[in-house]
Amino acid sequence: MDRPKVKGWSYPKSIDQFPMGSTCKSDHLTSINAGWRTVKPVIDQEVCINCLKCFLVCPDGAIDKSSKELEIDYDFCKGCGICAFECPVNAIKMIEEVK
Amino acid sequence: MLKLNAHTITNKEYFYGHKACGGCGESLALRHAMKILGENSFAALPAGCMAAVSFIYPNMAFTTNAMITPFAATASVASGIAAGLKALGIENTQTIGIAGDGGTADIGFQALSGAIDRNADIIFITTDNEAYMNTGIQKSGLTPYGTKTTTSPAGENLPGSITQKKNMFEIVAAHGITYAATASVGYIEDFLKKVQKAKDTKGTSYIQVFVPCPTGWGYPANETVSLAKAVVDSGLWYLAEYENGEFMLNKNPKEFTSAKDYLKKQSRFKHLNDADIEYIEEQRDKKWEIMRRKWNY
Repeated sequence: MDRPKVKGWSYPKSIDQFPMGSTCKSDHLTSINAGWRTVKPVIDQEVCINCLKCFLVCPDGAIDKSSKELEIDYDFCKGCGICAFECPVNAIKMIEEVK
Repeated sequence: MLKLNAHTITNKEYFYGHKACGGCGESLALRHAMKILGENSFAALPAGCMAAVSFIYPNMAFTTNAMITPFAATASVASGIAAGLKALGIENTQTIGIAGDGGTADIGFQALSGAIDRNADIIFITTDNEAYMNTGIQKSGLTPYGTKTTTSPAGENLPGSITQKKNMFEIVAAHGITYAATASVGYIEDFLKKVQKAKDTKGTSYIQVFVPCPTGWGYPANETVSLAKAVVDSGLWYLAEYENGEFMLNKNPKEFTSAKDYLKKQSRFKHLNDADIEYIEEQRDKKWEIMRRKWNY
């Protein structure tokens, strides 16, 4: 999996630790989006034909194509279901999240 | 030229971990634009969804340089960045302005017009979701006829928005711009090709990409891409390019799919009656008659 990761972050303790102006570093993720999800996509690798349609249509870029099998970054998938809706062979199932 | 598709584009993400709604079409367009433009790009975004979901201090979704501009100033800030990079001698960079439909056709219009006039070396991408979504779905200049928004309510007397969608693509082309195009996230390969073309263009280029918004339009979040395809297939949006003073239709459907099916999937059009839909189809056919007569395809 080759996706940006959440970086360590703690709020500045004194005023001089704040950056000058309202700036922040790029590629600086401090929280995940997994909590938004009510259903999660699961890829059936047996059925998947590796057409990469899901990789193409994901608004969050949460599907990684760098390995042999497609992987989903569940830290940042919001469970919108576009991947499952667009999959031409129905290899992706949306499964209810349970705590 | 390398064919751009899911297999050939990079796996690397330059716009990641943003807080846009699930199924957001706008973030899908932005994600792919950044993939083509790469890590040496400098983005300028006005107030709007894409700025609001990516710059939440200390969370930053862009992995490249990006900044928020005053609402009216996207194209002028982008021009300034491009001029600054040139003055500093920094080469092989891309400067892009990314604004919504309001930030382009209404509030950001004069800055864009000025940038095209100066032929500033920038790419301007309009993510068109047909209303001001970030502030709660108000009508913009690119809201089409018959749309229900909070400022164009539908009722007994009005069918929602009573104005037509502003013809931004041809207004931009009328400046004599180097390159302009329309696109849709329903045809992502076509969009990738156009962003690549804009990247290779010296001078100003403009791409208006159609991006459904599940929150503002009222449809299930998983249908974003299929709706963006349906709007092109039904003729209510078109894929075209403007280059060397000529218009080119990239897709000329022999027969349109049902406009009613496309409209009735969304709660913003639920109130439309058959006469309203007939009027919308009439306007569509008129537009296509002119395009087919005057444009290349």
